Amino acid sequence: MFEQLINGLTQGSIYALLALGFTIIFGVLRMVTFAHGEVFMVGAYSGFVVFTHLQDSLVLAIVAAVVTTFLLGALMEIVAFRRLRDAPHFSSLLVTIGFSVVLTQLALLIFGAEVEAIPMRQIEGLAFSEIRIGEVYVSYLQLSVLGVAILIMAATFLFFKYSRLGTAIRATAQDHEAAMAMGVDVNRIFTVTFAFGSMMGGIAGVLIGFYYNLFYPTMGVMLGLKAFSAAVIGGLASMPGAIVAGLMIGVVEVFSVDFVNSSFRHLIAFVFMFAILLIRPQGLFGSGQLRGARGD
Amino acid sequence: MLQLNDVHTWYGSVHALRGVSLTVGEGEIVSLLGGNACGKSTTMKTILGWVKPRSGEVIFGGQRITGKRPPQIVDAGIAPVLERRRMFPQLTVRENLMMGAWRRRDTAGIAKDIDKMAEIFPVTASRAGQAAGTLSGGEQQMVAMARALMARPKLLIMDEPSMGLSPKFVRTIFDLIIELNRREGLSILVVEQNANMALSIASRGYVLQTGEVVIADTADALLNNPQMQKAYLGIA
Ligand SMILES: Nc1ncnc2c1ncn2[C@@H]1O[C@H](COP(=O)(O)OP(=O)(O)OP(=O)(O)O)[C@@H](O)[C@H]1O
Ligand SMILES: [Mg+2]
Repeated sequence: MFEQLINGLTQGSIYALLALGFTIIFGVLRMVTFAHGEVFMVGAYSGFVVFTHLQDSLVLAIVAAVVTTFLLGALMEIVAFRRLRDAPHFSSLLVTIGFSVVLTQLALLIFGAEVEAIPMRQIEGLAFSEIRIGEVYVSYLQLSVLGVAILIMAATFLFFKYSRLGTAIRATAQDHEAAMAMGVDVNRIFTVTFAFGSMMGGIAGVLIGFYYNLFYPTMGVMLGLKAFSAAVIGGLASMPGAIVAGLMIGVVEVFSVDFVNSSFRHLIAFVFMFAILLIRPQGLFGSGQLRGARGD
Repeated sequence: MLQLNDVHTWYGSVHALRGVSLTVGEGEIVSLLGGNACGKSTTMKTILGWVKPRSGEVIFGGQRITGKRPPQIVDAGIAPVLERRRMFPQLTVRENLMMGAWRRRDTAGIAKDIDKMAEIFPVTASRAGQAAGTLSGGEQQMVAMARALMARPKLLIMDEPSMGLSPKFVRTIFDLIIELNRREGLSILVVEQNANMALSIASRGYVLQTGEVVIADTADALLNNPQMQKAYLGIA
């Protein structure tokens, strides 16, 4: 039971991380990206390549994902959003769909369609050393995944609450013209925010890739949908909302496997989300924390 | 100090400013008057570098700033108080002030200015930790002014500071403007529809009509100008 809860929270913490990235991007740019799942996939492969070809260190794998997806996010913002700032929202949406297709095709080209995995001898140290917490045994890998996810989320909160740049990002989210009046380079804030949100997706990618030791070009599709859903359930622009929703979905999924065939887990997750939206159409945390109540 | 020479600004096919020329001298309060949609805000946005004029030039402190980017114009020493105050509603009052100092790096100087704002605008201290969006309109106007001053500007541009405020509060705000001008030698450009009030503190005024300066004169002359009295001062 407790073990299942840990499993659920681990799974959920990754959803939360992914949803948080999505929420931050939406909260500041008021734009939806459809390439978040593919950024996640790129993060996973970056970690995979570094781990298998350079050095088998989880930290280094995470760093690789951070760097790659941060840069990828910056590039996407400039191409899909900055250049189309005055175009209708749908234009940007379309470009992000384009990005998701290109990234998937690139992954297919480089890695092929078959599922890749880190060789046992490289990952067994992480996956099979366990430590005991009370009655249950938890693997180092699981602990690392959960730990890294929590660490990143906590750091994100502190960053937005207390840092100079974090405050400027919140200010820009609330009123970008007023921010411009203070001399904030609003374009740069948008780029950094998109890069930052993408980076969180990338970290989620490495974590889940290593957790299940499965890497394939379409691995981000279902995850992208779930992150989007978790963000909506959370209230779209609410960071705590995204985290709570992500964790809940993870836990529900893991526990549902006890009752139904595991291939239905995605279905259960979406039914659960639908049920929440029926009860609270505005999401768990209705009005966001990045943005003001002032709608637009 | 500030000089606009024959500025033409377009929004797509809308010709919003049709050759605006004006000056604001060192330590002077000047008002820019006009009815709805005559181009007051556009003049401000052109000065701030938010929109680029198609022709004409903006000169500030002897330097041509036409075409410079907004952050550089803040660096040059121009800070605006936008129409409707535009608080960052979910940031605290203090965070709002810190945002005003965004382009500055002198931590000690910023801290000193925060204290100074507490003196001039007590509400910035008494409500420092409160979300700015929860303040009343008048309080927000105070915070908006303090926030702009945190940039240590040489020229303050205020877009319709009286909008939505009670006459008594407008008086308070305008008294503060005069005091800032006297104490700090701050140059101020007040953009207003409330011509009476604006001319009571300004030394000179310009009247805009559909993107053109139609009258430019001293404040006293404008207050006694029959054309002004009829159109803008509510005197038949
Ligand atoms: N972004 C824009 N795109 C197109 N036209 C614009 C834009 N902004 C302003 N305009 C037009 O330019 C003209 C001047 O607008 P501006 O906002 O400068 O007027 P204003 O004098 O500040 O009016 P108000 O007193 O209502 O604030 C108006 O006709 C307005 O419709
Ligand atoms: Mg205006």
